[in-house]
Amino acid sequence: MAVKAKHQRLILLVVALVVLIGAGLLAAWALRNQASYFYVPSDIVARPPEPGRAVRLGGMVEKGSLKTAADGVTIAFVVQDGKAKVPVTFRGIVPSLFVEGSGVVAEGRMGTDGIFVADNLLAKHDENYVPREMQDMTKDQAKQVVAETQ
Amino acid sequence: MHGFANPARFLRIARWLMPLCMGVGLATAALALGWGLILAPAERLQGETVRIMYLHVPSAWLGMAGWMGIAGASFTELVWRHPLSAIAARACAVPGAVFTAVCLVTGSLWGRPAWGTWWVWDGRLTSMLVLLFLYFGWMALAQASESSDGGENRAPAIFGLVGAVNIPIIHYSVIWWNSQHQPPSITMGKSAMSGDFLIPLLAATLGFTLIFAGVVLARMRAILANQQAEARLRRKAFSEVEF
Repeated sequence: MAVKAKHQRLILLVVALVVLIGAGLLAAWALRNQASYFYVPSDIVARPPEPGRAVRLGGMVEKGSLKTAADGVTIAFVVQDGKAKVPVTFRGIVPSLFVEGSGVVAEGRMGTDGIFVADNLLAKHDENYVPREMQDMTKDQAKQVVAETQ
Repeated sequence: MHGFANPARFLRIARWLMPLCMGVGLATAALALGWGLILAPAERLQGETVRIMYLHVPSAWLGMAGWMGIAGASFTELVWRHPLSAIAARACAVPGAVFTAVCLVTGSLWGRPAWGTWWVWDGRLTSMLVLLFLYFGWMALAQASESSDGGENRAPAIFGLVGAVNIPIIHYSVIWWNSQHQPPSITMGKSAMSGDFLIPLLAATLGFTLIFAGVVLARMRAILANQQAEARLRRKAFSEVEF
């Protein structure tokens, strides 16, 4: 039975697409560490970058860890990802969304004493969107309200 | 499917479908933006800046949807050689590129107050910028192929399909890789977003999608009309030579 030309093209194209998507997925999978924008604390603890190399550290600012030094512009806090913690110091103006319990991306370098010295802080917000009227609730309560409104 | 590939039949449907999409889309988008920009509440942490979302998210979706349109039309072009598929792909390119650009600009304006920076080279932002450049490249190739004698549609169709690999990369960039950009708030069947934000956002997305569909139909009609006018001129030129 002769295969119609358009069926031949269809088969050829489907095979080509499967190969193409497979190649794309393999490439993305191979890139999964290199293409990350920052290291989380457990990466830093497991494989500490050599002191002085510029890296980004991302995670949550641990509640109760934020302290302002006597000079008023230097702050110290702890970034955690639930598995590991890294202490950070930063001198400068923080973004307005930078608060304890929220996400942060710190650009800087690891000091020899194990403290991460940040040159720049970027706030990172998560996927939860909660109206201001609910701001006095805790995160879990707010999540509950969001779940109920659906 | 094959019925819709008939240009005459397509034109009959597009004549009423285009103004319908445009009218309903403009009304829905205007109402949704009014709702989102004025009536919807401020966000707990982000405050008023969250309102950029009502333009940013629909633009991001349509930037990606435009390329999915190009890829789908390219597939039918390569397999079935429908007369309308190359026209549909060309019609998706400009609105897709415009929405991608709007997504990048509004995202940058949002990033400054929310993150503290206009731009970072994380996976999501970079892959979206790559999409804009893919649009530019595709439009240049489609233009060049069109001016070749008779119109050669195969090269842009292959480009359209290969470029579609970027779409899942954009979508999963925030899941596979740590990124500055947030992970998706709305996933299949559930939302981490309060209904106060979600409903105007979905309405805006629907409105802009209908506008997009209206623009694509209008552009397809324009391209078809242009081709018919050119064919008529060519016939006329030939007949003048012969007689």
